[in-house]
Amino acid sequence: MFDVLVNAFVGGLVIGLAALLLLLFNGRIAGICGIFSNLFLPQTKQRLWRALFIAGLLTGAWACHALTSVAIPEQPIRPLWLLITSGLLVGFGTQMGSGCTSGHSVCGIARFSPRSFIATCTFMGAGFVTVFLLRHIAGIV
Amino acid sequence: MINVMALFSGLLFGFGLAFSGMTDPANVQGFLDVFGTWQPGLMLVMVGALLVTTLGFFWVLKRPSPLIDSQFYLPLKTAVDKKLIMGAIIFGIGWGLSGFCPGPALASLVYGFSDVFYFVAAMIVGIGLENIMSRRA
Repeated sequence: MFDVLVNAFVGGLVIGLAALLLLLFNGRIAGICGIFSNLFLPQTKQRLWRALFIAGLLTGAWACHALTSVAIPEQPIRPLWLLITSGLLVGFGTQMGSGCTSGHSVCGIARFSPRSFIATCTFMGAGFVTVFLLRHIAGIV
Repeated sequence: MINVMALFSGLLFGFGLAFSGMTDPANVQGFLDVFGTWQPGLMLVMVGALLVTTLGFFWVLKRPSPLIDSQFYLPLKTAVDKKLIMGAIIFGIGWGLSGFCPGPALASLVYGFSDVFYFVAAMIVGIGLENIMSRRA
């Protein structure tokens, strides 16, 4: 348990460093849903750096499992409707609310943005309620 | 150079997500499960990340411009409006259902599990739907 928590903290430091470097060098906020969604929107001008950031995200995760003793997580068995519903809501909600955990929580709070602070409290609250209903009332997963 | 740094930042970000256990949806749902066996992992990830970004951003944003681009591209909206709150609630429900948010889900594509592909495909549809609806409104 202790190792898991140390890894969480160290991983957090690395995530913070990634966001810091992107702002220092490129002047960009490391909001993953923003970087990703703009790949698909017709009005986007600069696509290449966005595609490379996302490619890096996958490669970085792969490198972590290749280079360290951290195991590739097993996927819990979940019904397809749940995954699809979840994906639709995450895509729709992050667009509507201008950000996700990376943009609002890791970057926005660091800029003391009231929007990001309130968004983070709101989606965490909604997450707590959803998992409570899902696990303790509906008994799924 | 902008592209090289974006790739490098993405690499670090993905490494950090995997190392911290955040690409495991069980860890994320464990954090959100305050009435079950609560797992504090995600909170420690946030503490670690915010430690670096809060101190670092304060220092970086004192500069007139970033190192290899002409300007900072910061979000312009400042109002806490209905769209922000509604969006955050919808995202939070989706996040709780699967334990996936966009970063960890995209990073997890590299594992090749079909579950992650279904989630990401649905997420792209969700992104598209919101953009179509908000353009009509």
